[in-house]
Amino acid sequence: MRTVAETTIPELPLGERGGPAQPLISARGLIKHFPVKGSGFLQPKKVVRAVDGVDFDILKGETLGVVGESGCGKSTTARLLMQLIIPDQGDILFDGETVGGALPLAQYRRQVQMVFQDSYASLNPRLTIEESIAFAPRVHGVPQAKAIARAHDLLHRVGLEPVRFAGRYPHELSGGQRQRVNIARALALEPRLVILDEAVSALDKSVEAQVLNLLLDLKRDFGLTYLFISHDLNVVRFMCDRVMVMYLGKVAEVGTREAIYENTKHPYSAALLASMPKMDPAERTEEPPLSGDPPNPIDPPSGCRFHTRCSMAEGVCSATPPPLAVVSSEQRAACLMSVPGSGHSHAPKPAAELMEA
Amino acid sequence: MNEEQTVIDIRDLSVTFHRGRKPVKAVNGVSLSVEAGEVVALLGESGSGKSVTMRSLLRLHPKGTDVTGSMTVSGRDVMGLSTRELGQLRGATVSMVFQEPRLALDPVYTIGQQIEETIMRHEKVSRQAASERALALFQKVRIPSPERRLKNYPHEMSGGMLQRSMIAMALACNPKVLLADEPTTALDATVQIQILLLIRELQKEYGLSVIFVTHDIGVAAEVADRIAVMYAGRIVEEGRVGDIIRDPKHPYTKGLLGARVELAHGRDRLVTIPGSPPDLAAMPPGCAFAPRCGQASDICLRDVPPLKPIGETGNIACIQYA
Ligand SMILES: Nc1ncnc2c1ncn2[C@@H]1O[C@H](COP(=O)(O)OP(=O)(O)OP(=O)(O)O)[C@@H](O)[C@H]1O
Ligand SMILES: Nc1ncnc2c1ncn2[C@@H]1O[C@H](COP(=O)(O)OP(=O)(O)OP(=O)(O)O)[C@@H](O)[C@H]1O
Ligand code: SF4
Ligand code: SF4
Ligand SMILES: [Mg+2]
Ligand SMILES: [Mg+2]
Repeated sequence: MRTVAETTIPELPLGERGGPAQPLISARGLIKHFPVKGSGFLQPKKVVRAVDGVDFDILKGETLGVVGESGCGKSTTARLLMQLIIPDQGDILFDGETVGGALPLAQYRRQVQMVFQDSYASLNPRLTIEESIAFAPRVHGVPQAKAIARAHDLLHRVGLEPVRFAGRYPHELSGGQRQRVNIARALALEPRLVILDEAVSALDKSVEAQVLNLLLDLKRDFGLTYLFISHDLNVVRFMCDRVMVMYLGKVAEVGTREAIYENTKHPYSAALLASMPKMDPAERTEEPPLSGDPPNPIDPPSGCRFHTRCSMAEGVCSATPPPLAVVSSEQRAACLMSVPGSGHSHAPKPAAELMEA
Repeated sequence: MNEEQTVIDIRDLSVTFHRGRKPVKAVNGVSLSVEAGEVVALLGESGSGKSVTMRSLLRLHPKGTDVTGSMTVSGRDVMGLSTRELGQLRGATVSMVFQEPRLALDPVYTIGQQIEETIMRHEKVSRQAASERALALFQKVRIPSPERRLKNYPHEMSGGMLQRSMIAMALACNPKVLLADEPTTALDATVQIQILLLIRELQKEYGLSVIFVTHDIGVAAEVADRIAVMYAGRIVEEGRVGDIIRDPKHPYTKGLLGARVELAHGRDRLVTIPGSPPDLAAMPPGCAFAPRCGQASDICLRDVPPLKPIGETGNIACIQYA
């Protein structure tokens, strides 16, 4: 039932109701476990703890980078945001409104689009690229002629001249061109958030640079917000305003680009950054910053999940899971060394003790 | 051992595939030599002919492929080898590590069995001796609990562990040459650096000559003594790793190094190379890079620039330096 006040005040568009300081997306306590095939029959049921209690915000107009080893839950987090899979627990807030609660799912879905790594698999081989781009708007009721005209606009915007490219099929394009089509397609419904999951990883370096420039231009021109998932720490540094580091289904650290790259407070982020190949053959890496592989997400280590590989680990680390502690206004880290009074020898003294001293 | 000895010598290699309607000249006059104990990185973008060049050294192309030029490995003429001699070359003198170890391993045998088989195929030793060597190799590549891991099937291992196993298998018959085709591309950064350091360490210990294919300049900087840059089936620039990275000369190498995101600090756009590589089935007549090159002149569109020495140690294929 609508009140008089609601009908007379013109509604602001979705994503602008909460004002600029309200995060576009807030993920609260997201958990997603996948059952392991073959378990559960005559033996205890096992689950992959793909995303295991994840909180973060994506601010309006920013690019938030997500990094971490293979299997740490980056794509699962993205698919949860896309509502392609439903969380076991936790909420997603869009501009302050709970998705599936105050904000109906259908309205939310249009606001969030995704571009994947595999540019070929994401396109229907039987549709020309203009049809592919116009497809979703058609489904949402945009008339054919208008949807095609808009597809041509978008093709032009991503640097593919419609006269040459509109009628081509996916197999008639190079990898870089196909990825441009996927980007155009993601923009066809005028979303607020675009999730780029390894979207440039399969491209050659010289093509990758072209597509990254394109993404920056589109972001500025359409006022977009990006979630940028990549294993290339150099690319993330270039593209992102803030960075979230994940380890085994949890957030290890999150903060501004400067904070993470120049002043990390988490030993895993430090090791990840130190693993980047050095460009100077005179200063080659002498020792691997981390040994071994990431542990199994079916049976993650107790306490801090990183303790089995952490060079700073102490007894307390295998017993106490570190909370995502506030380190500064621009950085939070899940490490007991940042938690006052945690019992780690590098932890700050708790405020009470300092007063006594 | 003579340090100056050339172990791999490729001269004017061309490889043409006849598959589709038009023949595809994937490698177009490549010359490359690798000394004993030297690591050469073959750097180039997708489709530039890196893997085809490398596979040529083991004659791994499908029937009907035209291969011209000459190749010698440890003084043996690869093109003239009999099938039996070729079998001996593969695995014993020259061994290979691939990007996707899962495709190179047999899923129905344990890793231990596969290493033992490799040893016994090339040498007359008992299974007992072969299995002792497999264990020593697993210790060498630092696989934790090696006895247990030798009994694993490929699907029971992580990507990093499998790549260590592949390296162990590659070293099983004390090869002189290791051909590594993007062995770390599919791995996480933290595991990639472990494998790169392992390859570097074993290369020194065994005095291996290595061709290391990669599209990542950073990886080349970590492992290589020299870099050869490929573009559209040709080597366009070649030189010591430090020289190429500090002072690239060929416009393509310059473009590739200049497009690196690391250089973009404080700038809001990347410098890029316009356009894309040519279609190998319809190559332009002159320099293959000409359609994308800011310095191209009429001669560039007509003549293919030959690879010519520059300075003491480098070579470059560009008329600006001819
Ligand atoms: N549908 C599924 N069923 C079972 N397990 C899954 C499923 N999807 C993901 N997983 C598992 O969940 C964990 C997290 O996977 P996810 O794809 O989110 O990782 P990622 O960080 O994106 O890794 P990568 O860098 O390799 O893309 C992995 O262990 C993965 O095997
Ligand atoms: N057996 C084959 N039959 C036909 N064409 C082939 C064959 N093998 C390779 N080619 C073609 O030869 C060209 C060079 O391929 P190659 O595999 O050497 O590239 P590359 O430099 O290793 O690239 P990438 O980085 O993608 O591995 C490509 O255009 C490829 O499609
Ligand atoms: S909590 Fe302990 S184990 Fe975890 S990152 Fe911090 S020091 Fe390392
Ligand atoms: S030969 Fe000409 S077109 Fe080719 S790289 Fe040199 S200047 Fe450019
Ligand atoms: Mg993923
Ligand atoms: Mg290849």
